[in-house]
Amino acid sequence: MKQEKPTDQNPLKVNRRHFFSQLSVGIGSLALGSLLIPDLFKSGIQHVTTQPLGIPHFAPKAKRVIYLFQSGAPSQLESFDYKPTLLKRMGEDLPESIRNGQRLTGMTSGQDKFPLMPSSATFKQYGKSGAWVSEYFPHIAKISDEICIVKSMHTEAINHDPAITFFQTGNQQSGRPSMGSWMSYGLGSENQNLPSFVVLTSRGKGNSQGLYSKLWSSGFLDSKHQGVLLRSGKDPVLYLNDPDGLSRSDKRHLLDHVSSLNKMHHVETGDDEIESRIAQYEMAYRMQMSVPDVMDIKKEPESIIKLYGEDAQVPGTYAANCLQARRLAESGVRFIQLYHQGWDQHGNLPDEMAGQAKDVDRASAALILDLKQRGMLEDTLVIWGGEFGRTNYCQGKFDPSNFGRDHHPRAFSIWMAGGGIKPGITYGETDEFGYNIVKNPVHINDFHATIMHNLGLDHEQLTYKYQGRRFRLTDVAGTVVKDIIT
Amino acid sequence: MKQIVIIILILVVLGSSLYMLKSGFFHGVSDKYSNYKLPEVVDYNFHIKPVLSDNCYTCHGPDANKRKAGLRLDLEETAFLELPENPGKFALVPGNLSKSLLYQHVVSDDPNEMMPPPDSKLELKTYEKELLKKWISQGAKFEKHWAYLPPKKNTLPKNTGADWEQNEIDAFILEKIEESDLKPTEKADKETLIRRISLDLTGLPPNSDDIKRFISGTENLSLESVIDSYLASPAYGERMTQVWLDVSRYADSHGYQDDSYRTMWPWRDWVIHAFNENIPYDEFLTLQLAGDLMPNATKEQILATGFNRNHPITQEGGVIQEEYQSYYVSDRANTLGKGILGITLECAKCHDHKYDAFSQRNYYEIYAFFNNVDEKGMQMDAVQAANQKYFADAPFITITNEETQGVLSFVHKIEGEPVNVMVMDDNAPRETFIFNRGEYYALGEQVYPNTPEDIFPFPESLPKNRLGLAKWITDENNPLTARVFVNRIWAMLFGNGLVITAEDFGVQGSLPTHPQLLDWLSRDFMEQNWDIKYLLKKIMLSATYQQSSIASEALKKVDPENVLLARAPRFRMSGEMIRDYVMATSGVLNKEIGGPSVRPYQPDGLWEETNAGGNRGTLTTYTRDEGDKLYRRSLYTIWKRTLPPPNMTIFDAPNRDICEVRRQKTNTPLQALALQNDVQMLEAARVLAQNILMENGNENEADLVRSVFQRILIRNPKKEELSVLQAYYQDALAKFLKQSENAEKLLAHGEWKQEKTDPVKTAALMLTAQVIYNLDETITKE
Repeated sequence: MKQEKPTDQNPLKVNRRHFFSQLSVGIGSLALGSLLIPDLFKSGIQHVTTQPLGIPHFAPKAKRVIYLFQSGAPSQLESFDYKPTLLKRMGEDLPESIRNGQRLTGMTSGQDKFPLMPSSATFKQYGKSGAWVSEYFPHIAKISDEICIVKSMHTEAINHDPAITFFQTGNQQSGRPSMGSWMSYGLGSENQNLPSFVVLTSRGKGNSQGLYSKLWSSGFLDSKHQGVLLRSGKDPVLYLNDPDGLSRSDKRHLLDHVSSLNKMHHVETGDDEIESRIAQYEMAYRMQMSVPDVMDIKKEPESIIKLYGEDAQVPGTYAANCLQARRLAESGVRFIQLYHQGWDQHGNLPDEMAGQAKDVDRASAALILDLKQRGMLEDTLVIWGGEFGRTNYCQGKFDPSNFGRDHHPRAFSIWMAGGGIKPGITYGETDEFGYNIVKNPVHINDFHATIMHNLGLDHEQLTYKYQGRRFRLTDVAGTVVKDIIT
Repeated sequence: MKQIVIIILILVVLGSSLYMLKSGFFHGVSDKYSNYKLPEVVDYNFHIKPVLSDNCYTCHGPDANKRKAGLRLDLEETAFLELPENPGKFALVPGNLSKSLLYQHVVSDDPNEMMPPPDSKLELKTYEKELLKKWISQGAKFEKHWAYLPPKKNTLPKNTGADWEQNEIDAFILEKIEESDLKPTEKADKETLIRRISLDLTGLPPNSDDIKRFISGTENLSLESVIDSYLASPAYGERMTQVWLDVSRYADSHGYQDDSYRTMWPWRDWVIHAFNENIPYDEFLTLQLAGDLMPNATKEQILATGFNRNHPITQEGGVIQEEYQSYYVSDRANTLGKGILGITLECAKCHDHKYDAFSQRNYYEIYAFFNNVDEKGMQMDAVQAANQKYFADAPFITITNEETQGVLSFVHKIEGEPVNVMVMDDNAPRETFIFNRGEYYALGEQVYPNTPEDIFPFPESLPKNRLGLAKWITDENNPLTARVFVNRIWAMLFGNGLVITAEDFGVQGSLPTHPQLLDWLSRDFMEQNWDIKYLLKKIMLSATYQQSSIASEALKKVDPENVLLARAPRFRMSGEMIRDYVMATSGVLNKEIGGPSVRPYQPDGLWEETNAGGNRGTLTTYTRDEGDKLYRRSLYTIWKRTLPPPNMTIFDAPNRDICEVRRQKTNTPLQALALQNDVQMLEAARVLAQNILMENGNENEADLVRSVFQRILIRNPKKEELSVLQAYYQDALAKFLKQSENAEKLLAHGEWKQEKTDPVKTAALMLTAQVIYNLDETITKE
C-alpha cells in the first residue's frame, strides 16, 4: 500500500518536499543536485532514523495483539475484584473520605445517598494463583493460571465516549490514531494480502453504547494504518465481492486490461503513482481471495467449535469473532480489535451482567486455550477489559436483586494473557470498598506503554510529527509496568 | 581594507578549525551530510529557526513552565542575555563561537554537556551544527517568524526565459526553475486543460457542449472565457463548498454516542450561495464568525454563524455540562486557529505553546470570544431529540417556508415544517479563566477577549467581541489570513500548498517553497478586495498552471516531488469528485442544488452494526433514498460522524469531528475494491453503456468503444488504447453470447431504468466502461 502524504514522517521515504520547503529560499547559489538529500533538516525524525519503521526497537515478546474490548464498562465488582466489605456494610452510605472528591456523572450526581451495594455474584479462588473470579465467569476462572488480572486500572474519563476513545487512542477527544494504527505504523504488516489492523464487532443483550469509526481511525497517520472493519455478512470487507454475473476469471480478464492501459499511460505520463495503482489493484484482487478464506470458519473442526461454544457457528457473535480472531492472528494480522457491546449496567445489573458474561466467558477462555495449544499464546498478547469500572454504590433504587452501578473511573479490572505477560498473577489492589487503588495503580498510559513494550516498541520513541509536534500513543506520560512482564 | 577582511576571515576560519579539532568536532561526528555545502548567507527563518525550534524549544522556548537553565532561545531579547544559572556566560555571542555556549554544547561529546541531551532522543546532524556555527559567525541575526511579517509585493524577478511567462506568478516560478537549470514543461493540450479547469472550478468533468465550444473551436473561445463560464456556473459554489465543509467540520449528525440527526444543511446552502455570489473572503469570514453581531443583523447573516455550531455535541446521558460546554468553545478556538489563521493554537490549551510564541493566556483570550453562547454541554439524548423532532440544540433560528421563498431563497427547503438551524448568539456572557492543564475544573487567572500580539496587536478601536475578532482577522495588517487562504486555494489546484503544512504556518510548520510568490498573491488578493474568483482566475491564467503534467525523465530525476512546478501536478481526485465524475460522465448525475442531505447507495447494515441497538434516534438505521436522490452530488450525502460514508472515507475524507484543511492522497487496495464493486460505479457503467447504444446503436464496435472512452476521459483514445479496449469488448461479447444470464445479472445493478438495448451488447459495453472507470487516468486530475 503505497501512500502519499505530505508530511510523511517515514524515515525510509525520501522526503524531498520537506527538504525543499526548508531550503529553497535563500540558497539559490547551491547546485540543485546537492540539494537532493533525503530529509536533511526535517529534524523531526532523527530519533527514528536509527529506527526504521517495521522493525521493533528491541526484541519483542509479542508479535500481535488481540484486544477483546468489553464496551460499556463491565463491573469489576461482579467479575474480578472481590469485596466482602460491601456485603458487610450493605446499604451504608459510601464514606465521604473514600469518595474523596471524585466527580460524578450527571446520572448519580443528583442522588442524596450513595448506598454500598455488594456484588450480585459469588466469588471463589481458582488455580495455583488463587485468583478471585466471580461465578459469572466459570471458564475464565478455569484459565486463571494463564492470565494476569490487573485490578488497579484507572482513567480520568467518566463518560463512555471519552473513556473508550482514551483507551483506543490515548486521548479523550477525537483525532488521534488508534492504538492498532500505531502498531501497524510501528511494526508493519506480516501479511501482504490482509490489512494489518482489523476490527470485529458484536453486541450482547445488555444496555449498549454505540461504536464509532474514530476508534479504529488512523488519525494523522497514513490511512493504510486504519483499522478495517470485518463484517459478518457476505461482504466481510466493504466492496469485497465481485458483482453477480462476473466470475473470478472474468475479473482477472478485466483487471489485465485495466493494467495494460494503465501501463501505457504510465509510459506516457512518467508518473510512478500509476505503478502503485496497478499494485494496489493486484493486492485488492488477492484480498478477494485471502479475506473470505480466513473468514471461513467452516474449515474448523468440530472440537474447536465445541471449545468456543455453539455460538461460534453463528456469524457476528462474540464467540465467532474470537474464533475469527485466532484465524486472523494465524494469518499474520498485527492487531485484531474486537468489541462486544452491552456492558453498561446502570440498572438491571444482575441479569444483564450474567447475560453479558455468558456471551463472552467461554469464548474468551477458549481463545486463550486455543492459542496455547497452537503455541501461539507466547507471542500473542490478549487483552480483556472495558473503558472504566462501575461504582460500588447503587444507582437508583436500592434493591439488591435488581440494581445498577454508575461509571467509576478510579479503579477497575482488566486481564491480559500471553505475549510476554506473566501468567497466573493478580496485580494491583483496591481498598476494601473497591473504590480507590491502594497498590500499584496502572493508568491507561502505562497500559499502552506496556503493550508497546511487549511488542518491542519504546512508547517514547514511536512518534509521529504532526502540526509541529511529535505525538505518541502515550502522549507525555506512561511507564512500562515491568512487574507484569515475563 | 579588502585584504584586511580576508585576513581576518582566514584567521577566523583557522581559529575555529583549530578549536574544532580540539573539541573533537572532526572525529566520530561525520554523517552523510557532513560534506554538504553551506549557504553563503545563513538565513535565520529558513535555516536556523527550524533547527532551534525542533531541537531546543521544548526546554528553551516559549513554554515558561518547562524552561531550563533560564534560557529562552526563540526571542531575540532573551537569547543574548547572560545565563542566570551561569553568570558571565552567554548562550549566544554574535561572531564569537568560543563564547557561545549554545555552540559549545551542541558540538560537545560529553553526555553531561551535549545538547540536545541524550535522553531527549534528539540529535543534530553535522550539517545543522555547521549552519549554527556559520550563523553565529555571521552575527547571529534574528528575524521575526516569516509568517508574522505582513506579506509584501516584491518586484518581479527577471528571468532569461521570460517569454514563457503569462503573468506575475510565472516570474516567481520560473526564477526557481531557472536557478535549477531547468525549463518549464510545454502547455497541456486543450482536452487536458479544459478537463483540469472544469474539475478545479466545478468538481465535474466538462460537458460535451463545453468541449465542442472550446476544443473544436466553433466559437474560438479563449481560455479566459472558459474559466469565466465555469466560475459563473452554479456548480462552482458546490465545488468550493465541498472544500469548506472539511474546514468547518460540517456534518448532519451530533457526533457523540448515539449520534443523531441535526439540521445544519441550510447553513451549507448559504455557503454555496456565498461562493456563487462571490462574497469577498473577508466578508465571508466575518459573516460566519460574527454575522449575528452585525448592526441589525439579517436572518441570512445570523444563519452564516452556523459555522461555529458545526462542532460535535454530545448526547450521552450523565455528562458534566461544563466539561462539554468547554469542549465546544475550545473547538471554535481551535477551528479559528487551524482553519483560518493556520496556527496550532490548540497546542496552547494545556500549557504555553512549545514552539510558537503563544501563551496559554493567548489561548484562553481567544477562547473568551466564543464563551458567551447560551448553550449546554448536553441538551437531549438522541431518542428524546428524535421524539421531539428536535434536530438543533439551542441557540438556533427557525427558517420558515415564507422565508425560503423570500429573504432566504437560497435555502432549498421543501414545503412542510419549519427547520431549525444552530447559530451563535452571545446571550450567556461567561467569565473566562485559564484552565490549568487544560482541565475545565482547574480555574486559573481570569482573562478577557484578546488576540496574540505576536501576530498583530488587537486595535483599540475594535470591540472585544466576535465582530471585533472578525475585523482583526480580516485586517490587511493581519499577516496570516490572506496567506493561509491563498495557500489553500493553491493547494486545491496544485495538490500541495506553497506551504505544505497548510494547517501550520508556525515555527514548526514547513517553510514556503516560493515565499515571494505566496506574499505577492496574498497582497494582490487583498488589493483585489479578497475576490476569490479573481484569485482562482489569476492562478489559472498563469503559464505555470497551464503546463502539461507529463514528467520528463530529466525533470523527474532532479525534482521528483515537483516542488519547482516545472510541470503541472498530477494527483488523484477526492472521493466526492470521483463519485461525481462517474455520475456525470455516465449521465445519471442530478444537478439539483442545495437542500437536506440525501442517502445514496451504501453497503447494507453499516449503521446498524455499530449503533447501540434498539431505537437510538433518527440515524439508527440507514434507509436508502430512491429515485433521483441517489444521484445528487456527493456534498449532499448524509454525513454521520461516527460512521461517515465509506466510499468517501476510503478516499481519505476526514470524519469531520474537527477542522481539517488538508486531505491525504493515499493509494490503497480498498480504493480499488470500491471503484470496482460499489453499486454506484457498476450502475454508472451500465447506464453509460445503454445510453451509448441508444444514441449510436448502429455504429461499429470501434466507434462504440471510442464513444465510451471519449465520454469518460474527455479525449479520443490512442490507437493502441482503442485496440486493447476493442479486443476486450469482443471478448466480453463472446462471453455473454454464451452466458446471457450473466449479462442480465450484471445489468440488474442499480435502480436506474434499464433500457431495451441488446443485453449482450450492453453488458459487454458496460464492462468496457468498467475498465475505463478503473483507469488511473479517470480518477486523476492531469
